Amino acid sequence: MPYSKKVIDAFKNPHNYGKLKDYDGLGKVGNPVCGDVLYLYIKINKNEKGKEIIEDISFETFGCVAALASSSIITDLAKGKTISEALKLSREDVTQELGGLPEIKIHCSVLAIDALHKAVDDYRSKKDGE
Amino acid sequence: MKIYLDNASTTQIDPLVLKEMFRFFDKDYANASSPHAMGETAREAIEEARKIIAESINAKNEEIVFTTGGTESNNFAIKGVAFINKDKGNHIITTKIEHKSVLNTCKWLEKQGFEITYLDVDEKGFVNKKDLEKAITDKTILVSIIHGQNEIGVIQDLKVLGDICKQHNVYFHIDACQSYTKTEIDSKNADLISLNAHKIHGPKGVGALFIKKGTEIDILMHGGGHERGMRSGTDNVPGIVGFGKAVEIAGVGEMKELNSRLAEGLKKINKVKINSHGLPHIVSATFLGIEGEAIVSSLDLEDIYVATGSACASHNLEPNQTLLAIGLAHQEVNSTVRFSLSRFNTKEEIDKVLEILPKIVEKLREISPFK
Repeated sequence: MPYSKKVIDAFKNPHNYGKLKDYDGLGKVGNPVCGDVLYLYIKINKNEKGKEIIEDISFETFGCVAALASSSIITDLAKGKTISEALKLSREDVTQELGGLPEIKIHCSVLAIDALHKAVDDYRSKKDGE
Repeated sequence: MKIYLDNASTTQIDPLVLKEMFRFFDKDYANASSPHAMGETAREAIEEARKIIAESINAKNEEIVFTTGGTESNNFAIKGVAFINKDKGNHIITTKIEHKSVLNTCKWLEKQGFEITYLDVDEKGFVNKKDLEKAITDKTILVSIIHGQNEIGVIQDLKVLGDICKQHNVYFHIDACQSYTKTEIDSKNADLISLNAHKIHGPKGVGALFIKKGTEIDILMHGGGHERGMRSGTDNVPGIVGFGKAVEIAGVGEMKELNSRLAEGLKKINKVKINSHGLPHIVSATFLGIEGEAIVSSLDLEDIYVATGSACASHNLEPNQTLLAIGLAHQEVNSTVRFSLSRFNTKEEIDKVLEILPKIVEKLREISPFK
């Protein structure tokens, strides 16, 4: 397989998969090029300083090894962060955490970042509607 | 235990083939074009192999030209006929389920001023004879169709399609790389037939093109006039000898039974669709809701080696065109895995795959948004 050990580990033992109960935001993204689909669920709470944090996060992904590994890693990276911190995560953070991705699979890490942003957007639009 | 189920990609060399080849590397290594006695030994060995291959498809010895494999044979047949017959017409007919070596040769010929018709196939992969007949015009010089298809196993009716070409006086080329020795091929039904060795437990780097006597075809490889001037380049004596031996001992063994056992076992897994039929060594299965590369990689981690038509696994992120042509939706194509057997596979191996695979499918479905 053309993947780093970290990618294979994340693929073999993904963290935080499955639909989250009582989620506050859902980011659904699909890649029109390869057909991968990623659903990212987030649950938001406030920390002791009153800042909104991603208390829990999970994913459901239809995709290749790189897509599944990127999905798992984005949940690890975002969990416990404040929303503003989480939104600063970049695709480079994902690929770095994965020990690199093959060039043709870089879009998988982009998909994970997009899903996170969409999930936050979803949470904010719901909150605004309240 | 390694379980290799990717035999439509390539096969292990049969030990008997390898044994036969050795002496042409280290003992009888002379150039088959040399007039001396050592050259004569090599020459005789090549002619013996040629005879075996010719007989296997009911052809004459001189109708077999050795090449470097299926890709060269397909290039040779299509470009060779196109170049020399361009005054008669510039139209070539092929299908949407060809191997890349046919499709990309045709695409290149389009740039050289040729017109190509890519025939549709039905949901089982068959070319409709009426479609073929309708597509033939007075400009048509060649019809090129894959005999046994490498992804879905469909075997075209050579007699029916060949007769149409004969009636219209159009050359008929078939790519038989995947079907050779696995189903009967009679050279009566075609003008050009591509064959190769490494799909049938022979060595890589050797193949052949059957060119029916009288076929007008241009030469692609110019040089010292090997292969009666049809294909120059020092003869790959060990390869050709190995090819001959592979054909001589070819057989399907228990392949067909094991193939059915695998297909039946896969059908028992929830939401699995079988796309293949025909060839005795190919099972194409669509695992709805999960992605092919993820399945292949999970099997890889269990030392089971298979292939996928998924876009994610291809060099250019393009989904498999054959699977699209038989009507699979994009996501289904991306969920499709190809298992391909050889006579060396065993019942135990198939059962092991059928034991491991449902667990992989279950886990990937748990992760997928499409249950």
